[in-house]
Amino acid sequence: MSQQKKEMFDQNHFFKRLTDSNFKKGVRDALPIILGYLPIGLAYGMLAVNKGLTPLQTTMMSLFVFAGSSQLVAVEMIAGGAAVAAIVAMTFLVNLRHLLLSASLSLHLRELPFYYYPFLGFLVTDESFAVAMSKINKKKNKQRYFFGLGFTAYLGWVSSSAAGAFLTEIINFGSGGALDFVLPAMFVVLLVMQISSRAEIIVAVFSAFLSLLFALTIEGSWNIILATVLAAFLGVYISGNN
Amino acid sequence: MEITNFIIMTAGMVIVTFIPRVLPLALLGNKELPEKVVLWLSFIPAGVLSALLAPSILLKNGSLYLSLENTALIAFFPTLLLAYKSENIFYTVSGGIVFYLLSAFLF
Repeated sequence: MSQQKKEMFDQNHFFKRLTDSNFKKGVRDALPIILGYLPIGLAYGMLAVNKGLTPLQTTMMSLFVFAGSSQLVAVEMIAGGAAVAAIVAMTFLVNLRHLLLSASLSLHLRELPFYYYPFLGFLVTDESFAVAMSKINKKKNKQRYFFGLGFTAYLGWVSSSAAGAFLTEIINFGSGGALDFVLPAMFVVLLVMQISSRAEIIVAVFSAFLSLLFALTIEGSWNIILATVLAAFLGVYISGNN
Repeated sequence: MEITNFIIMTAGMVIVTFIPRVLPLALLGNKELPEKVVLWLSFIPAGVLSALLAPSILLKNGSLYLSLENTALIAFFPTLLLAYKSENIFYTVSGGIVFYLLSAFLF
């Protein structure tokens, strides 16, 4: 009991946490992630302000949501006059992949005090996941490593989107042009990184086709959701037959 | 954007983003989801990214835009190759912007 109490005390000691070597390693490993967030965060900040959010709103969204591709999608949808419900539904779908990342990470972050999970979970992104999975196995204190990694990346995302947003308010970069290609380029690389089987390629092609078909025939942004859900069922069907 | 709408939208986005991130980590431990569910979920990333990508490069003002003047469509091909070769977000996004500017300049 007293041993447990001592451990509790040690774990709650803020200073000790910050100087922990695992935490520091996490911070260091986040630097390449910040480099990657910089162009995307700047682009998001600029686009968001160009399309009608205030710089403060733009920054708030990064602070609370912390999911780049869905934030860019939301900004596009706001500009297109989409309903709030459609934006939230789309966000859910775009970010549903985190469920899988979180499930894989749970293998490494087991049996922690329950209040750790909201903080660790909030920091799960494509990037923090990819880095963590390649390095976390060798770390002693895995939760501190992941917290250092994820939290540093989070600060990078918030500050680069704030920089983009507030700079756009001072200097008008004009809208459109190459910035509009940041999101498609990000989809391309995330897609390539996701695909590891023939079934996934078939799903991706079918989903692209359905999405175009529905976009040409149905009002609103429901084409994405319908295409994704149907294509995922096709994937299950194909895998079942093999 | 109007403030009430913004707050409702952001709150909604926070909830639907936070839950899938936290729940598996907090609850799974040794347990596993049903196999079919995991399989279905495993196709969501490829499906949704592709469903988002296709209209972003192939549609303009609600109709198909197949033309050499479709800068995004032209830039897509070298960007895909770069993504495949590098599997790196930073290189692909930066390279994509360069390809976009090049194809806008060339066509």
